Amino acid sequence: MLKPLVPVSRAAKIALGVAFFALFFLVWCAATLGGFVNRTFLADPITMLSSGWTLLVVHGFYEDIGVTVWRVFGGFAIASAFGVPLGMLMGAYKPIEAFFEPFISFARYLPASAFIPLLILWAGIGEAQKLMVIVIGCFFQIVLMVAVTVGSTRRDLVEAAYTLGARAGGIVRRVLVPSSAPDIAETLRLVLGWAWTYVIVAELIGASSGIGHMITDSQALLDTGQIIFGIVVIGVIGLVSDYLFKMVNRRLFPWSLA
Amino acid sequence: MPTLSIEELSRTFPGVRGGPPTRAIEPTSLRVADNDFLCLLGPSGCGKSTLLRMVAGLDHPTTGRVLLDGEPVAGPGADRGMVFQSYTLFPWLTVEENIGFGLREQGRAAAERRRIAAHYIERVGLQGFERHYPRMLSGGMQQRTALARALANDPKVLLLDEPFGALDNQTRALMQELLLGIWEADRKTVLFVTHDIDEAIFMANRVAVMTARPGRVKSDIAIDLPHPRHYTVKTSPEFSAYKARLTEEIRIESIRAVEMGA
Repeated sequence: MLKPLVPVSRAAKIALGVAFFALFFLVWCAATLGGFVNRTFLADPITMLSSGWTLLVVHGFYEDIGVTVWRVFGGFAIASAFGVPLGMLMGAYKPIEAFFEPFISFARYLPASAFIPLLILWAGIGEAQKLMVIVIGCFFQIVLMVAVTVGSTRRDLVEAAYTLGARAGGIVRRVLVPSSAPDIAETLRLVLGWAWTYVIVAELIGASSGIGHMITDSQALLDTGQIIFGIVVIGVIGLVSDYLFKMVNRRLFPWSLA
Repeated sequence: MPTLSIEELSRTFPGVRGGPPTRAIEPTSLRVADNDFLCLLGPSGCGKSTLLRMVAGLDHPTTGRVLLDGEPVAGPGADRGMVFQSYTLFPWLTVEENIGFGLREQGRAAAERRRIAAHYIERVGLQGFERHYPRMLSGGMQQRTALARALANDPKVLLLDEPFGALDNQTRALMQELLLGIWEADRKTVLFVTHDIDEAIFMANRVAVMTARPGRVKSDIAIDLPHPRHYTVKTSPEFSAYKARLTEEIRIESIRAVEMGA
């Protein structure tokens, strides 16, 4: 029957993946439509979908979705643009790592959400503040994970490059960077998922637009259908962006596939 | 004038966790003349790889020095090409790009890199695999690419650290013939580390036998078998005589190595 590590066929893999979604949905239907759960606390799927439809058509919810997506990718792009090069330098050059690593390890544990009141004081409740929450949440994680990836480059490859006449700059640009590129891309895929958490937290406080803002508004209205619709939208966007990220990585690094 | 000269080279590794330091190599001197094919033969753990790494500049001697054409070796460089026992092709580069890596580091133009790579791809018989990534190649093909990559740099000395050690017997024999053929045609200076007696006699014109740890060269034997050597030489009486002698030399050292717990 179940044997460890034996691969599953593509069709079976898709069927199994879809099956759990279906099972989850059925349990939800049974719990809500069957009257086991109070509707005030948990909307049923039909109410959720009709609330969602109203949100999109009447209240222009797609604008909120657009704003949130923009914030996630904006904050993530800024964090990556600074975090990846710094992480690479730290991984490649040990004095630079010794200089930054203790502080960044400390900063990594500072919860981004705890900065929100401070960031509101500094930057108000505009876009800059929302982006800063995401940047703080992602930057330190990216730096540390990239530094570890670059630092663990196979030493025998580095030695081989040296015996072929490479110097320090060549080692960094033509060995460390390409050899760690696939793992760095995986790191970014992972951190993009966390950026979605930070954006919603940022939008729960002091926001006038975005999916998180809609969720707080719905709480005041006791509209659990809308809240669940918002959460589902985030999940779907996350799933799609994750899939796209994986596809791009596969395209970019065909050599790293087993 | 000797190309490569190893002068009183020794290496001591610091002790682990307060333990006593390990003397890997006793002060050793060795001269490799231009066009020599020298095999460094020794039991496992005798420090022959450490010696080769110091010649490559990847490890620093505790005492002594390595001279290449009279210049002391301070670090790794393109004048000493190396083939490792482990597979060290760059997995993100194709066969052709791997072979052109050293040329690229020298700043040679792309067209020239391709031309030189094509030449060495032909020499090692990898036509048709130019665009393959290393993971698509067998172990033997990877080591042929690694050999071509080292040769493409046109190094003064070619260093090989048990390059065929991980290959099966048949592939290994073919690789030996390939390398020997290249040496017979180009007369590169070669320093080849191995623990395989047949491999050493078949390819080398000199075999330096190392003692068990701490290693030093205990005998230096010229192999006077005519070139070009055909694989059938391995069954000749002359070959057997060399083998008998080297087996005796190595056996004593292997027993010593085992007694020391290596």
